[in-house]
Amino acid sequence: MAKITFDGIEVEVPDGTTILNAARKIGGGIVPPAMCYYTPLKGSGGKCRACLVRVAAGSAKDPRPMPKLVASCITTVQDGMVVENTTSQQVMDVRKGIVEMLLINHPLDCPVCDQAGECDLQNFAYEHGVSTTRYEEERRTFDKIDIGPYVQLHMTRCILCYRCVYTADQLTDARVHGVLGRGDASEIGTYIENTISNDFSGNVIDVCPVGALTDKTFRFKQRVWFTKPVNAHRECGHEKCSGHVTLWYKGQDVLRVTARKDEYGEVKEWICNECRFEKKETSDWVIEGPAHIDRSSVISANHYELPVINPQVIADLPESTVRELERNPPLKLGGMSGSM
Amino acid sequence: MGRKLLTEHVNVEGIETFAVYRKHGGYRAVEKALKMTPEEVVEEVKKSGLRGRGGAGFPTGLKWSFLAKPEGVPRYLVCNADESEPGTFKDRFLMSKLPHLLIEGMIAGSYALGARTSYIYIRGELLYVLRILEKAIAEAYAAGFLGENILGSGYSLDLHVHPGGGAYICGEETALLESLEGKRGNPRNKPPFPAVQGLYARPTVVNNVESIATVVPILNMGGDEYAKIGVGKSTGTKLFSACGHLNKPGIYELELGVPVEEFIYSDEYCGGIWKGRELKAVVAGGSSVPILPKELILKTAAGEPRLMTYESLSDGGFVTGTMLGSGGFIAMDETTCIVKNTWNFSRFYHHESCGQCSPCREGTGWMEKVLHRLEHGHGSMHDIDLVVSVAKQIEGNTICPLGEAAAWPVAAAVRHFRDEFEWHVTHPKEATQPGAVYRGNMVLA
Amino acid sequence: MEPTTAPTKPQFSPAAQAEIKRLLSHYPDDRKKSTLLPVLHIAQAEFGGWVSPEVQDLVAETLGLRPIEVYEVSTFYTMFNLKPVGKHVLEICRTGPCMLRGSDELTAHLERITGAKVGETSPDGQFTLKEVECLAACGFAPVVQVREKYYESLDTEKNVNAMLSELKSLVHRPILPWEETGLPTSLNNN
Ligand SMILES: Cc1cc2nc3c(=O)[nH]c(=O)nc-3n(C[C@H](O)[C@H](O)[C@H](O)COP(=O)(O)O)c2cc1C
Ligand code: SF4
Ligand code: SF4
Ligand code: SF4
Ligand code: FES
Ligand code: FES
Repeated sequence: MAKITFDGIEVEVPDGTTILNAARKIGGGIVPPAMCYYTPLKGSGGKCRACLVRVAAGSAKDPRPMPKLVASCITTVQDGMVVENTTSQQVMDVRKGIVEMLLINHPLDCPVCDQAGECDLQNFAYEHGVSTTRYEEERRTFDKIDIGPYVQLHMTRCILCYRCVYTADQLTDARVHGVLGRGDASEIGTYIENTISNDFSGNVIDVCPVGALTDKTFRFKQRVWFTKPVNAHRECGHEKCSGHVTLWYKGQDVLRVTARKDEYGEVKEWICNECRFEKKETSDWVIEGPAHIDRSSVISANHYELPVINPQVIADLPESTVRELERNPPLKLGGMSGSM
Repeated sequence: MGRKLLTEHVNVEGIETFAVYRKHGGYRAVEKALKMTPEEVVEEVKKSGLRGRGGAGFPTGLKWSFLAKPEGVPRYLVCNADESEPGTFKDRFLMSKLPHLLIEGMIAGSYALGARTSYIYIRGELLYVLRILEKAIAEAYAAGFLGENILGSGYSLDLHVHPGGGAYICGEETALLESLEGKRGNPRNKPPFPAVQGLYARPTVVNNVESIATVVPILNMGGDEYAKIGVGKSTGTKLFSACGHLNKPGIYELELGVPVEEFIYSDEYCGGIWKGRELKAVVAGGSSVPILPKELILKTAAGEPRLMTYESLSDGGFVTGTMLGSGGFIAMDETTCIVKNTWNFSRFYHHESCGQCSPCREGTGWMEKVLHRLEHGHGSMHDIDLVVSVAKQIEGNTICPLGEAAAWPVAAAVRHFRDEFEWHVTHPKEATQPGAVYRGNMVLA
Repeated sequence: MEPTTAPTKPQFSPAAQAEIKRLLSHYPDDRKKSTLLPVLHIAQAEFGGWVSPEVQDLVAETLGLRPIEVYEVSTFYTMFNLKPVGKHVLEICRTGPCMLRGSDELTAHLERITGAKVGETSPDGQFTLKEVECLAACGFAPVVQVREKYYESLDTEKNVNAMLSELKSLVHRPILPWEETGLPTSLNNN
């Protein structure tokens, strides 16, 4: 075991734990944001640099500070380590810079983006960004393409976290998409026209932190905050499929099916394409009850303007949410749309 | 004239062949090494004070002593012959002229590290050099210096050359290893370091061509003798590749410690600035290191003559100093536009970023665009601060040092030549005249 | 003009197959993927100076890789041409040290006399112009690489013309990148 101090809070974790996961054990607002790391995916992390923290003391044995900020998602704890995240102005400043970098080529078309409301980048930008941009150049754009019958790729929104590539590598045995090109011309793609058709390919949608990979079967293209998440399960014949899902309802309709995510947006139990794309009737499922609304939900985060709230929609929302909405009318996300 | 330890016989007819190289004392270092224990070979290299010639200047012997040696796991010595840092062209010279020197160093080094298979990773553009090396390797096999049971010592080694495919980033050692594994050249997160998990996740040492070649004279003369050459911690001789506006650009082997002024102006070396012009600035160690104006490259801020050593070139830190880097010495005459040159370098880093981590992927392109604007007379005063601020946002926050390599030249150019950047803003018409250049308040066409 | 499209079902020549076999012996048996870059070089030389998707698929098949593993790599490294090219690809260095000694002027000059812009192939199919970054020949700037050969000190009309006429006189494209030896025109230092 190793004992570390994170933003002044002591926590004890097994040796080999990353700083990020130690912080998650404490929980709350001190947890660094993670845009590329994904616990179940081997090799993930280190790329986005959103999770950089300052190590003020390396260990009890060698209490010198580390010379550079380190990626908390891939740096393991040492006994006696002292880490600063929200308590370090340097970290906060650098993080603002990272948001800026991630956004300079990002379209920020949240109003028409399927991910809006459950987007890690949107949350990250809201929490750490500034509301004006210094970027005057032309933004990089790509056409959106369908990769197979279920998944749409909107590359312009991709932040190159590589999660979908690791997912396809580690979950399926026939990866057909990958990172092509290099530098800021890198893109996720299949190179030649190709279909992601593996039985577990749908999981790339869940791991994608932004609206780059989305579910083409998400019926009616509803804003997620108009939908009601409900946990459910079924006996699935697929060996690797957990059959544990979240159903997203509007009224009586199941609009989409996703794997269950924890409060950090991580899927711990993968699901197969049949459960995700083909089972959209309530009768397909054993309902367990309302899903926990996590920290990345717009409803709890309360960042959005809902121009017109359809009464019917309100009727479908959980009681507590409606009360929350009444108490705290959602605000327009600070300068994000358009003028950013 | 200084001693030449690497290039002494470079002009001997046929020196690229085994027979001639051998006749001039070649492979004595291997014979000597095989009679020593591997630890003794490492010790000699430690004593020599040799510092890595690839750019970072890390002590080679120390690096070798860090190599993990788990029982039953192969380990590798990989030679970094990716040479792509603008201004640097010494390794290509060494390999094409003296292939056996590198091979000899590889054998001695591999023996010291306990490697049974070693690789030379050469940039793909140098396919003709790859073939020179392969031919020399075949000769070395035939002569019993490679393969099974070398010289009856019981030690066996296979040596192969591997081409890259056109990517500066593959000079970064972990990107190089990825590339050698047949993948995209994405640098790895560290730790783990190559000494523990390198090629195929096995312990690996990566060294520059010149570092490995230098092991040969070190073993021949002894580490202690080698360490007597040079100044302080800058021991021995080093190859410098001089380019830009010099009368005699080329590759020079120098005993470390030659004054910069002598190197530039003496007829023994670069022979002064071409066309009788004045020197304006120098990038002393490859495009990644900070540029210095004439006053600061010839003399330190304290007025001491600057020497061609690691310590002297970095005297003054980044405020008034620079770095020895890879030894790529780029001289610019009075007609050089610093803004254009800075933009050109930033285009290079933009083009060569692997794109894995967000500050470098996005920031290098951003800097290039702003600099392009400034160079073409569309920039504002605010752009000058902007580009420095973007550089700062990259520096220190990336996976690999390419981030810094991209940021430093920009920050340094603005630091030392801010007035020239401002002139591009205040005099856009003049600045975009072909051949126009800022020199104080004077415009020369 | 040479054929710009590879045959639909490309096959490696026996010489290339032998070379690939030799290369495979350089790496551990379970690390065939290590030969990907050298084999892509061979493929590019064999199939008209570029690697079409079909050729890349052949490389994947030869090495037992998934096609995407080859695409990821071929699009990362700049030496692989992903579109058809002319008989000779002139790779002009554009980086700082070459720029200081006239690479911009050289590029403009080559564009004029070949009739191709950077990124294009001349109407006669002879030359494709490509800008590249530092070729490690900065002291002999400006520099153009054509396949294996470095043409250096191209700051005089004479040197440029010598390069072009030498290239025009080459009838055959070399089969394997490893076969043709072309020594650099200079490197006569020290
Ligand atoms: C972007 C980048 C490019 C590099 N390019 C080279 C190179 O071309 N050749 C080289 O020897 N080292 C290069 N290096 C340094 C290597 O990572 C490594 O430090 C070196 O090969 C170690 O060898 P040495 O200790 O013998 O110098 C580069 C580093 C970076 C970050
Ligand atoms: S991906 Fe996120 S930040 Fe980008 S447009 Fe969609 S919701 Fe907005
Ligand atoms: S598509 Fe999504 S998951 Fe894949 S790399 Fe881009 S942002 Fe990450
Ligand atoms: S710093 Fe640049 S080159 Fe290095 S890993 Fe990050 S993106 Fe790639
Ligand atoms: S989450 Fe740590 S670098 Fe992306
Ligand atoms: S800059 Fe052209 S070869 Fe180095």
